[in-house]
Amino acid sequence: MIIAVASGKGGTGKTTVAVNLALALQLENNVKFFDCDVEAPNAYLFLKPNITHSEPVVTACPTVDGTRCTFCGKCAEVCAFHALVVLKERVLLYPELCHDCGGCELFCPQNAIGKKERKIGIIESGLAGNIAFFQGRLTPGEPFSPPLIRALKRIVSNDSIVILDAPPGTSCPVVTTIEGSDFCLLVTEPTPFGLHDLALAVELVQKLEIRAGVVVNRADIGDDKVDAYCAKKGLPVLMRLPYDQELAIKYAQGMSAVGVLPEYQQKFSQLYQEINVLAR
Amino acid sequence: MKKIRGDVKTLTIISGKGGTGKTSIVGSFASLAKKAVFADCDVDAADLSLIMDARIKTASEFKASQKARIDVAKCIQCGDCEDKCRFNAIQNCKVDYFLCEGCRVCSLVCPQGAISMEDVCSGQLFISDTPYGPLVHARLEPGEENSGKLVTLVRQTAEQIARNEGFEYIIVDGPPGIGCPVIASLTGATASLIVTEPTISAISDLKRVLSVCNHFKVPPFVCVNRCDLYQENVTRITEFCQQEGVEILGMIPYDPNVVRALVQGKPVVGYTESAASQQIRKLWDRLAERVTLQ
Repeated sequence: MIIAVASGKGGTGKTTVAVNLALALQLENNVKFFDCDVEAPNAYLFLKPNITHSEPVVTACPTVDGTRCTFCGKCAEVCAFHALVVLKERVLLYPELCHDCGGCELFCPQNAIGKKERKIGIIESGLAGNIAFFQGRLTPGEPFSPPLIRALKRIVSNDSIVILDAPPGTSCPVVTTIEGSDFCLLVTEPTPFGLHDLALAVELVQKLEIRAGVVVNRADIGDDKVDAYCAKKGLPVLMRLPYDQELAIKYAQGMSAVGVLPEYQQKFSQLYQEINVLAR
Repeated sequence: MKKIRGDVKTLTIISGKGGTGKTSIVGSFASLAKKAVFADCDVDAADLSLIMDARIKTASEFKASQKARIDVAKCIQCGDCEDKCRFNAIQNCKVDYFLCEGCRVCSLVCPQGAISMEDVCSGQLFISDTPYGPLVHARLEPGEENSGKLVTLVRQTAEQIARNEGFEYIIVDGPPGIGCPVIASLTGATASLIVTEPTISAISDLKRVLSVCNHFKVPPFVCVNRCDLYQENVTRITEFCQQEGVEILGMIPYDPNVVRALVQGKPVVGYTESAASQQIRKLWDRLAERVTLQ
């Protein structure tokens, strides 16, 4: 069972929900946790894994063999991403624009194009209690996170409960994360911002044909329009978490609800039971 | 994007972590800044227009990518396209819309000329009138790529308006994270304001987003939102910023009026003179002074 936790709007509590779900399930299940928010990975602050393995993630970018190149311009012509510009006696490379599609290499008539690897971040893993923990960390200054997320997801296997903590938004990093999941939990808050971005996230899961349910965080602030929207869309609201000042202070320090208040253990186990029914 | 010359100053608000209060703060700046154009660069979760009483004046399509389409009548199922696609976007002669990155390698290798590349409308660009000044915003269709390009388009449009109509500032509401839309929101800006909060997550992301500011040489400032949540972390942020030579320009307390104002579709400044509004006013004064000097 692969469960993705996403949101549209940032800061609604994705990591809180993902971490507590993992903590509540780890006693009786095999749980694997993947922090796919590689631009701003934070789950490690709460799960406190013992990181025992780290490996670089690389993407490739082209190199040009100056002794073979005739500056014919074919590579620049086929590149849809403008990662190469051919001048009279020089080829300019923009490696950060390269998608590693292989077009330039494939179509160069002189076989002058090779590739070199470029590190864009790392994948780290280790154990957090009984939870197998994995995270990606994008190197600051690197623009594209999807290759790093794809590298993380290659490790995902469906032999346990897999929890994917997604980045905010609804664009390519989110698609890369949630694609192929059995269920997507959408975490929102009952404000106009929360509702607006929830609606975008719902459009996305519908396009990807992933079953989804909603968690309303800080359920007692704002207004009741999120509920009205969910009712209209037939989206199940699976959990409501009230704003709790004491928990917010614990959260600020890296403590999670399941660790602090025993009733949350029950709440999150129950959430999983409901997901289990809906995902089938 | 090139550094803006002349008198137009671009100020980008970012945070690393989402939900620290970027948009609420930018909305409040709107009611304080005279002569500013606003640019909502969080294009895949664009919320600024919701608290600026925006009326859309013009809407245009954003086309920046292509997707492959296979003509089944011409396809002989040779599988060349499938072999050469590095994104696993073609399976059994069908293109997966979300996996296709539009590199067109398939269309170039197809011996039958059966694959064409089609322009995709990835979103819309809007120019709106608001009581506070012009707002440029966008809607990236859920699941689309090229958010960085759409961000650049939003900024360029805001820049044009600022130049043509003689505005002093462009205030950019940036996206969370540190990836391509953040970089596109940040490059060439006069200064950035990082909105953080005293939580262990926000501090971790503050560090990451600050290194992006340094990488692209955009002078950073910091403000701490919900500063009364946990004092020890405020101390940590203060020490970290001192060590990095970054000035903290404001401390905004938790204030339920921010959400009350939001539910009414208003920024908190102008809605009520509460604790948060007062601190945001001070923050804006300090920030405007610093940005003018840049």
